[in-house]
Amino acid sequence: MTADNQAAIEVHGLFKRFVEVQAVSGVDFDVRKGELFGFLGPNGAGKTTTINMLTGLVRPDTGTIRIGGIDCSHNPKAAQRLMGIVPDDSNLYPELTGFENLCFCGALYGLRKAVRQARARELLDTFSLVEAAGRKFGGYSKGMKRKLTIAAALIHDPEILFLDEPTTGIDVAAARQIRQLLAGLRGAGTTIFLTTHYIEEAERLCNRIAFIVSGRIVRTDPVTDLLRQTSGLHVMQITVSSRAPALCQALAGAFPRLKCAAVSDVQIRVEAAEPVRVGELVHFLEERGAEVTEARKIQPSLEEVFVRITGIEAAAMKREKEKAGGGS
Amino acid sequence: MKTWIAFWAILAKDLRTYYLKPPNVSWGLLFPLAWTGMFFIRSGAGLESIPALLPGVMILSVLFGSTSLLAVTVTFEKKGRSFERLLLAPIPMEVLMLAKTAGAILFGVANAFVPVLLAVIMTDLADVNWGILIGAVLLTAISSTFLGLLIAVSASEVFEAQTFSNFFRFPMLFLCGLFFPVERLPIFLRPLSYLLPPTYGVNLLRASIYGPPYALTLILDFVVLALFGAVLFGLSLRIVRRKWIA
Repeated sequence: MTADNQAAIEVHGLFKRFVEVQAVSGVDFDVRKGELFGFLGPNGAGKTTTINMLTGLVRPDTGTIRIGGIDCSHNPKAAQRLMGIVPDDSNLYPELTGFENLCFCGALYGLRKAVRQARARELLDTFSLVEAAGRKFGGYSKGMKRKLTIAAALIHDPEILFLDEPTTGIDVAAARQIRQLLAGLRGAGTTIFLTTHYIEEAERLCNRIAFIVSGRIVRTDPVTDLLRQTSGLHVMQITVSSRAPALCQALAGAFPRLKCAAVSDVQIRVEAAEPVRVGELVHFLEERGAEVTEARKIQPSLEEVFVRITGIEAAAMKREKEKAGGGS
Repeated sequence: MKTWIAFWAILAKDLRTYYLKPPNVSWGLLFPLAWTGMFFIRSGAGLESIPALLPGVMILSVLFGSTSLLAVTVTFEKKGRSFERLLLAPIPMEVLMLAKTAGAILFGVANAFVPVLLAVIMTDLADVNWGILIGAVLLTAISSTFLGLLIAVSASEVFEAQTFSNFFRFPMLFLCGLFFPVERLPIFLRPLSYLLPPTYGVNLLRASIYGPPYALTLILDFVVLALFGAVLFGLSLRIVRRKWIA
């Protein structure tokens, strides 16, 4: 980890309202230089509005943003020079080839022709897009589009990289490659601000995470501190054929030391501070006519912390996001 | 220097991907030629009448050439979110919008000179004041491009931008003194004529063709056209800053 204590991004008292929707309500946080900062929340939590305010696409109603020490309300263009931005939707030019798109983006940051062409070739190689370099961006697959969009954000070697849902809706291999590249950039000292709804992705990559719900940050902590909360926590997931909510209620009544929740109509989640005796629970459920098809121990993860802090089921958030197919 | 690299890149991309596409090039040639042919046949006169037709066909060509593609280069790119990439780049807004409109200005000017080239081949243009003609074409192209820009940034859909463009373009043609001298228009329509940039462009082009003595109002025509350009550009920037950076 190369994060030092100097702030690359400082945000204080950020508010934004769109007509009848209060999108962001008093957001405060800072991101240290070289840190990979995760911004996690469900659909509509205010992640994209926040990133748009940080990058200069949306004007905050109140609050201050400093990027690399530059006050964005006074000098947004100077701040933009430090940023590389990957929006939630790949917005390069479909009529230009991959190589032309990268060169064009380099020119927007004032890179001379020879420099931007060399950098474009280097990035195409890094992102395994050399063979597609001469093809039009409009014909790329979704994964290739995401990779080229990230490459375009890196063309001027920015100090701070903003990524809005970089792996949403792409295939596993491309997502894996993007995660590896982000880990590499973090290792090289680039400050990264990442919004995502993939909690395991944030857990694996981020130094610190902020949870945002309904426009407010409910918790900001290093990943290691967040995970410490789950030490000593024992979690089971029991799958039944039906009536999970009713069975869950019965379980909670019979085993008061267990914290039970029906995740769906067929899944019950059981939490306890001590090891859970599976046989006892299965027997109890079967006595009540339930057909138990699976009972498995779940390794406590950031997902557990997220669920505890926000009260939002992570799987539901992921489903909702993929259904929407975009940012919040 | 860095800003100019961005300016040229945006202009070159727009020229290559929009204005220099074969359909647009052929349209840019055919449209002025068709207008010239129509006016020429309608006049029933000989080749010597061509210079007199030039102000009309040049204004038509500039107006349509400079405004026709802004719905694509601006409104369509905004709708498709690729314009966001430009808004996120460290380029001053004024330079960005000038880069996005420079292609339209050049296209309008090039369209205007298609009938001039035809006239050079077919008739004698020795008496034309080229200084006034070029200045008039350039300023008319700039002011009508910025009018097209104002429409393009005010619309959220491409079809809206195109519809609004026609809503302004066609009445302008009838009110700018091209078909009927402004003095012969009904009195209640005359003030409207003076609010339209092509009115001043037509005056200047006629002066450049018909020659001296030049009236002092020529300077006023240039000043008014320049003012139209500045005001329309300023209004467009204001809309982009208020609406697009919400």
